[in-house]
Amino acid sequence: MNVFARVRDWLDERFGWAEMIAPLRKKTVPQHRYSYWYYLGGITLFLFLVQVGTGMLLLLYYKPTANEAFESVQHIMTQVKFGWLVRSIHSWAANLMVFTAFAHMFSVLFLHAYRKPRELTWVSGMALLFLVMGFGFSGYLLPWNTLAFFATKVGTDIAGQVPLIGAQLKILLRGGEEVTGATLTRFFGLHVALLPGLTTLLIALHLALVQKFGISVPPSLEAEWSAQPVERREMKFFPNFFLRELMAWYIALGVLGALAALAPWELGTKADPFAPAPAGIRPEWYFMFMFQTLKLIPAKVWFVDGEALGILTFSGAALVWLVLPFLEREGSRRARQWLFGAGIFALAYMAVMTVYGYVAK
Amino acid sequence: MCPNRVDVNWPDPPAPQRRRFVEYLLGGGLLASFASFLYPVLRYLVPPRTPDLGSDTVVAARVGDLKPNAGKIFRFGNRPGLLVLTPEKEYRALAATCTHLDCTMQYRDDLHQVWCACHNGIYDLNGRNVSGPPPRPLETYDVHVRGEEIIVERRKTSLRTPCESCSHRKTENA
Amino acid sequence: MTQGSLKLLLRTLGILLLFALVLAGASPIHAQTPAKNSCLDCHSIMPEPLGVTTEQFTADIHSQKGFTCANCHGGDPASDDPTVSMGRAAGFKGKIARAQVPALCASCHSNAAMIRRYNPSLRTDQFSQYQTSVHGQLLVRGNSKVAVCTDCHSVHGIRPASDSRSSVHPVNVAKTCARCHADSDYMKGFSIPTDQFASYSASVHHEALTVRGDLSAPTCTTCHGNHGAAPPGVASVENVCATCHVFQAQLFDTSRHKEAFAAMQLPGCVTCHSNHRIQRPSDDMIGTNAEAVCITCHSDGDAGFAAAANMRAQLDGLVKAIHQAQEVLDRAEQSGMEISGPKLNQAQARDALTKARVTIHSFQPGRVAEDIQEGLKASSANLQAGMEALAERDYRRIGLAVSLLTIVLVLIALRLYIRKIENPNP
Repeated sequence: MNVFARVRDWLDERFGWAEMIAPLRKKTVPQHRYSYWYYLGGITLFLFLVQVGTGMLLLLYYKPTANEAFESVQHIMTQVKFGWLVRSIHSWAANLMVFTAFAHMFSVLFLHAYRKPRELTWVSGMALLFLVMGFGFSGYLLPWNTLAFFATKVGTDIAGQVPLIGAQLKILLRGGEEVTGATLTRFFGLHVALLPGLTTLLIALHLALVQKFGISVPPSLEAEWSAQPVERREMKFFPNFFLRELMAWYIALGVLGALAALAPWELGTKADPFAPAPAGIRPEWYFMFMFQTLKLIPAKVWFVDGEALGILTFSGAALVWLVLPFLEREGSRRARQWLFGAGIFALAYMAVMTVYGYVAK
Repeated sequence: MCPNRVDVNWPDPPAPQRRRFVEYLLGGGLLASFASFLYPVLRYLVPPRTPDLGSDTVVAARVGDLKPNAGKIFRFGNRPGLLVLTPEKEYRALAATCTHLDCTMQYRDDLHQVWCACHNGIYDLNGRNVSGPPPRPLETYDVHVRGEEIIVERRKTSLRTPCESCSHRKTENA
Repeated sequence: MTQGSLKLLLRTLGILLLFALVLAGASPIHAQTPAKNSCLDCHSIMPEPLGVTTEQFTADIHSQKGFTCANCHGGDPASDDPTVSMGRAAGFKGKIARAQVPALCASCHSNAAMIRRYNPSLRTDQFSQYQTSVHGQLLVRGNSKVAVCTDCHSVHGIRPASDSRSSVHPVNVAKTCARCHADSDYMKGFSIPTDQFASYSASVHHEALTVRGDLSAPTCTTCHGNHGAAPPGVASVENVCATCHVFQAQLFDTSRHKEAFAAMQLPGCVTCHSNHRIQRPSDDMIGTNAEAVCITCHSDGDAGFAAAANMRAQLDGLVKAIHQAQEVLDRAEQSGMEISGPKLNQAQARDALTKARVTIHSFQPGRVAEDIQEGLKASSANLQAGMEALAERDYRRIGLAVSLLTIVLVLIALRLYIRKIENPNP
């Protein structure tokens, strides 16, 4: 008996290993013309794991105080062996992860995978999306460079415009009235402890739900396959889909390495809270559509403050998005078409606004 | 046969040698790729020789680098600093950028003062601008000797040397 | 209340009241009212030219030290009766004639023992200096249009020169001089130009003083003297500039220009840099191009022309080398390489350039070359470091290629493996 078989038996005698992994052996993934979209969730998970790994490595050298943060990142980029690689991978993977998370969400939307019984999978996934954006916002400040400092200032200013709770929210986020070392400490704690903890729990939940309900099939195909059962094609998860997923992960890793080496993430200049804001301050691309929208809204719409209106609209949209599955009556084609249309509109709006934000200057 | 054993489909017994080429390629490839990921990580874990002391502290020199009544330029963050060992064997450290037009300065062992070669500005070892065009005194730093290392640290409070004894221009009695 | 206790109460109150009255009479409240100044009582509400406001008077350093109107004008400030307060008996002088002003001020300000009682470090030679000045000499000869003490220091609201509101504070001196010297109508009887203030206002010294707040920057009095104000004169201009620009003057003294200028009665420094409209010098001033000052005297063929061209070429060479190094360093930085060390070292090269621009004043290409060489050494070291950084960047890309290779290997192997397990062997 070879080594693998011996280990397998050892685990089996104590934990019932074979019984535990039996469902995994039976797990299948539907195969159809939209199957490629199924990889996005896994890639997002992979990128999260990359972030945890590179993040832990960065933690070995990063110093989270206003005085030392910038220099410690500079130290990592210049003195620590392969520090430039770890840091650039961390920055690039962050952006890629936001992209794949959004892509995963939209593909689930358009493939209608959120419908009954997978409502909670959708909700947990949306919560994860918000957490990912929180990761992006908090992590961006950590190098404490000029761009990050002012982007955080603007971002928290916007948060301060939320009606009723805005002022308190701003103070809570900033750890004070202004963006200072206290903000950095707070964001650091969020970024390396609170958010990872919550995310891990939610991922566990999300994966457990996916495991429970299996992979969904778009309604049109489901109808086809019910009519012609012989047309139904399923791929075994292990080893077939898993190996393909592994290929996707390796491709993502290759892309990350290439980006890190060919387009390293810049360091910028150390933030000076007393210097005036440089021209053209803007947030990272994944907040750009909101930022640009707020810039376009006039200062006052009738009697309502423009910025507050914008924030309320986005918050409302986020809430609607969160409870999307519950807005659709089961089997209602009209509702489904409406939601599909809303999805197209949202995607188009975000894409156009993001491009506009960069072009308009 | 064990009655509790679950009947699972284990892969087929090993195929003949040439058929195992793909497996070898895959195994070999995976190992090579892991090695190419692991190597940078392992190198990363080893701390570099020049430690990051933060922007407020730097190792300026080692004991023995300077003779008494001599000075040395060292790098402090993004700007140069000047470390001086006085004839009385005391270490002094100041910013080495002239407050007039930003030239880098030096220690004059004949004057026992800091001198700017560009326009003949002179500062004493407390950083006070005593002669020539410089309009403001220099920032001074704390020096600690730890073993063989001479550590220069930015002062915690932003107390600068007093300006009242600037002898460059007295406006009252002109 | 019994009758007896009522009496006691009244008696106590009476004593207390008496006590209060005595206290009031002896209280220091009286001493707090200012000493009677009948002059100010009337003159503070009179219009110009007899008016002196209370604000002016209290701001004046003299009144703060305890002097009053009578100390200069005579008279009796204690009396309200004009015939007494402004009477001959009290020594009233009335308005002081302009020609008498310096002597009046000097009656205290040249008295060292007197001034020592108030400010021991205040100088007491202003009047003797004034007598050597153009203003003082013309005044003695009967021209009362010239400046006297009160013209510059103002007359009733005199502040010390260190007070930034004073008309003789360094930042305000030029404006004070310009009150006459920039007024072409007022200066009609005199043979000097009136464009000095306009020229000075465009100068780098004016900018240093007013914009950068550098109080050591020169104003009119720095070069011309304040009380002994007179133009330096051709032979001494260089000495005046040399009080601050030491190196340039020393170098100039070793150059051939010193003798040549003296022979031609040309002032040092001013000939090339002007006296009032001193601009920030640029490399364009040196050389044989149209804007250069050298070609005012030198022409093609003479040694000076060649030297000028040589020195300019050297400066340009160093500027170019610094830019080249900077460009490579910027490229390296853009690619993500860390070059803060060499970037800092560029300051050394720039310092050498600054020094070379000072050494120009020796007008000897050999001496300029020493500084230029130092600069070239530093900039080439930085260029080298920049190239090394770019090489390191390329090394990283090779490392990337290796790991990408292993990744591609794995991808191919996976593809083959998948194909293998999904297509059963024939």
